[in-house]
Amino acid sequence: MQFRNHRVMGDILELAARYRDEGADELVFYDITASPDGRTVDRSWVNRVAGILDIPFCVAGGIRTVADAEEILNFGAEKISVNTPALENPDLIDRLVRRFGSQCVVIGIDSLEESGDYRVYQYTGDTERTEASGHRTLAWVREVQDRGAGEIVLNCMNRDGVRRGYDIEQLARVRAICGIPLIASGGAGEMSHFSEVFTRAQVDGALAASVFHSAAIPIPDLKNYLIEAGIRIRPPQARRPH
Amino acid sequence: MSTDTVIIGCCGANLASLAFALQRLGCDAPISEDPERVRRASHVILPGVGAADAAMSRLDRAGFTELLPTLTQPVLGICLGMQLLFDASAEDEASCLGIIDGRVDALPQAPDLPVPHMGWNQLDIDAKTPLLRDIADGDYAYFVHSYAAAAGASTRATAEYGVTFSAVVEQDNFFGTQFHPERSASLGATLLANFLEL
Repeated sequence: MQFRNHRVMGDILELAARYRDEGADELVFYDITASPDGRTVDRSWVNRVAGILDIPFCVAGGIRTVADAEEILNFGAEKISVNTPALENPDLIDRLVRRFGSQCVVIGIDSLEESGDYRVYQYTGDTERTEASGHRTLAWVREVQDRGAGEIVLNCMNRDGVRRGYDIEQLARVRAICGIPLIASGGAGEMSHFSEVFTRAQVDGALAASVFHSAAIPIPDLKNYLIEAGIRIRPPQARRPH
Repeated sequence: MSTDTVIIGCCGANLASLAFALQRLGCDAPISEDPERVRRASHVILPGVGAADAAMSRLDRAGFTELLPTLTQPVLGICLGMQLLFDASAEDEASCLGIIDGRVDALPQAPDLPVPHMGWNQLDIDAKTPLLRDIADGDYAYFVHSYAAAAGASTRATAEYGVTFSAVVEQDNFFGTQFHPERSASLGATLLANFLEL
């Protein structure tokens, strides 16, 4: 879920509780205010979210230092996800891994296909600043693994918001060289897109936002559909009251 | 739940999620690095993330390595905290607490099995333990780890990830889960409630 700080806290908590109850396996919060200009931000919302979530959650956006990450993890997030700051300063990945372990350190990669080549883009939180980083996607995937990252979220920009399915070809090519968990992002529009990305690109997880926010795809229905399709996932369950 | 549960705070970050999970069960567990406070607790939880040898040095410096094996109240090790209950870990060849026989080894890395093993996986329940009451064979729990203990005499449930490894262990008053109950939705809440009722 993507939000700016001025969004009412109650909305964030309500949405988090809804996804928790629907059986989401993990939530990612994109704090898009925290991003480009390096201001100090109030991250106490992470602690409020941690109070109600009993599933893992990851915080992305504006994490530029080990201290930023430490604050978020101490507030109860399971993982932090770093995108542009890792491109500006790849050594940040090593330092985060040394301090917190691989399992906390997710690298977000925004990758754009241009005539058959895949390139990493940066500052994607701000459409006016978005630009090519100079990295090729496959090389960057290798580098972040070598630096100890524990998971990669690959957002295929050509598919983002289009709802025509994940970029199977690109994800399969990244999968072939990615020995850490790989999460597909960008393009989910129908339930079949999810089964396709698991079976054809062998990803470890599939991330989606708009189809869940709009309830176009209810999570319990999607999970039952995937189980029918023979994909091993945690079934939706009736929750006991806390 | 009216227990005097204490969380040992030496072995890494992310104690907030565990404290919140206990709060949701009505248990306000303080986080302590004081062996004397832990000794007096009715229930002790040893969570851990990060590297085994670093965690052992921190436990040692705080005076826990001698205390922990002598505890008689229920003790629950979570993730690295469970691994530390064993004799040793292949992670930096760390010597551990020696409460449970056996050692912890690296998970095998294979092209179709990324390490760390991170995500939801099924429990295969092998033997009765009060910790797993109301939890069914095949239920899913949330795992994050690169090392694991092979199944042994203390194993109560296993999970499969290239190899079969111990997911829940029990020996006398010592319990351990390789997965994170605080992040395992209703299964985790049930397990923690079972522990607090011991």
